[in-house]
Amino acid sequence: MKKIIKYVITDILRNKIVLVYTLFLLVASMSVFSLEDNNSKGLLSLLNILLIVVPLVSIIFSTIYIYNSAEFIELLVSQPLKRKTIWLSIFTGLATSLSIAFFIGAGIPVLIYQANMIGFTMILIGLLLSIIFVAISLLATVKTRDKAKGIGAAIMLWLYFSLLFDGLVLFLLFQFADYPMEKPMIAMSALNPIDLSRILILLQLDVSAMMGYTGAVFKDFFGTTTGIIFSFTTLALWIGLPVWYSTRKFNTKDL
Amino acid sequence: MIIASNVTKQFGKLKALDNVSTTCNKGECIALIGPNGSGKTTLIKSILGMVVPDSGFITFKDKNILHHWQYRDEIGYMPQIGRYPDNMTIGHVLDMMKDIRNKQTALDEDLIQSFQLHNLVNKRMRTLSGGTRQKVSAALAFLFDPAVLILDEPTAGLDPVASELLKEKIIAEKEKGKLVLITSHILSELDDLVTRIIYMQDGKLLFHKSIEALRQDTGEDKLSKAIARVMTK
Repeated sequence: MKKIIKYVITDILRNKIVLVYTLFLLVASMSVFSLEDNNSKGLLSLLNILLIVVPLVSIIFSTIYIYNSAEFIELLVSQPLKRKTIWLSIFTGLATSLSIAFFIGAGIPVLIYQANMIGFTMILIGLLLSIIFVAISLLATVKTRDKAKGIGAAIMLWLYFSLLFDGLVLFLLFQFADYPMEKPMIAMSALNPIDLSRILILLQLDVSAMMGYTGAVFKDFFGTTTGIIFSFTTLALWIGLPVWYSTRKFNTKDL
Repeated sequence: MIIASNVTKQFGKLKALDNVSTTCNKGECIALIGPNGSGKTTLIKSILGMVVPDSGFITFKDKNILHHWQYRDEIGYMPQIGRYPDNMTIGHVLDMMKDIRNKQTALDEDLIQSFQLHNLVNKRMRTLSGGTRQKVSAALAFLFDPAVLILDEPTAGLDPVASELLKEKIIAEKEKGKLVLITSHILSELDDLVTRIIYMQDGKLLFHKSIEALRQDTGEDKLSKAIARVMTK
C-alpha cells in the first residue's frame, strides 16, 4: 500500500496544480492578515475564502486526477494487488497531498498570526474539509465512467454544498417561520460539512453574538463537549461513508 | 490450471459472455479466435479479475479467483492497447512494476534487451508510438517469468522484426511448459505457435479443440483456411 501511495504522491507533485494551489492559499492568507489590523477580523475574511476555495479545489482536482489515472488504475488492477488497496492508496495519496498543500498555504500563516484555539480549530477544519471533498470526489468518479459526466457531477456537488444548501435552508426557515426551528437547524447543519465547519469557527469568534437567538441555541449546543464530539463525528462520517461506499463499488467495477 | 464454468457477463443489452465454460492446462498454447466483439477480451479480462462476471465462476489452480488477488502474481498480461500513466518514463514504469511485484527470483529481461528498451528509458510514455508501447507491454508481461501468459493481440502494431522476436519468445516460453493464451486476428502467425483453438462468436464459446482435430475436421492444413471454413459454415 505504501508503494502505491508513494507513486500517487510523486505523480501529484509532478503535476504543478497542487503547487499553484499552495501558493494561492499562501498569498491569500498572508495578504488577508496583513491588510486587516485586527487579526481575528483577518481570520474571518480568510474563513470565507477557505470555505469556498478548499472544497472546490479538493473536489475538482481529485475528480480530474482520478479520471486521468484511469490507465494507471487499469495497470494496477491487472497486477497482484487488492482492489481495496489500490483505491484506498489513491484516496490517501490525494488526501495527503491536498492536506499538505492546505497546511503550508493556509496553516502556517494562521499559526504565525493567530496561534490560539481559534487558529487551531481553523487549521483542523481546513484539513478535514480537504479530506472530505476528496472522499466525495471518489463517489462521483466511481459512479460514472464518463469523464465529462463525472466532473459535472463533482461541480454540481460543490455547488450544492456551497450555495444550494444554504438556499434550501433559508427556504425552509421562511416556510416554517411560525415554528421553533432552532433544534431542527442543528440537525440540518450536519447534512453539510461546509456549514458545520462555518458554525464551528464562527462560534469560537465573537461574531456569534450577532447571530441572534439561533446563534444562542447553536452556542448552547456546539459550545458543549457533546456538541464538539457530535460535530467532529459528523465530519469524520463525511469522510468515512463516501470512502467506504466507493471502495465497495470499486471492488466490483468493470475496467 | 484455469477453469471457467458457465461464465456470463452482460454489458447493458449486450451479452459479452454467454455461458462460457472451458479448461486451460499447463504447457498448452491456446489461441482465442473469433470475430470482433465476440467476447475474447472480456473473457481474458474476467480471468484477470478486471471484469467481474454476472454469474458463473473462474478458478485458477483450483481456487476461485473472486475476491482473490495473489493469483495474479503468476500471470503476465499484455493488454490489447497498453495504456500507461502519461507522465511516467519507460524506466519509471519498469521500476514501478518491479517494485509492486517485489519478486525475489531472477527477472526475465530478454525482451527488454532484444527490443532495446534500455535506450529509451528516459522517454515519457505519452511520447511513445503505438508500437513502442506494445513493446513495453510485452516486456512487462514476460518480465516476472510468470507461469501463465495472457497476450491480447500481441503483434498488432509491432514491426516485422519485433513481432518475429516476440514470436520466438512465446515459443521459448511454451517449451518451458507455460500456459500461453493468445488472441489474434493474424491467423497465419498462429500456425506455428498454438496447440489448441478456442473459437468464440457472439459471446458463446463454439468449440475448444486441438489444432490437429480442427485440421482433420475441416480438411484444411492452414489454420487461416480452416477457420475461414468454420466462419462461413
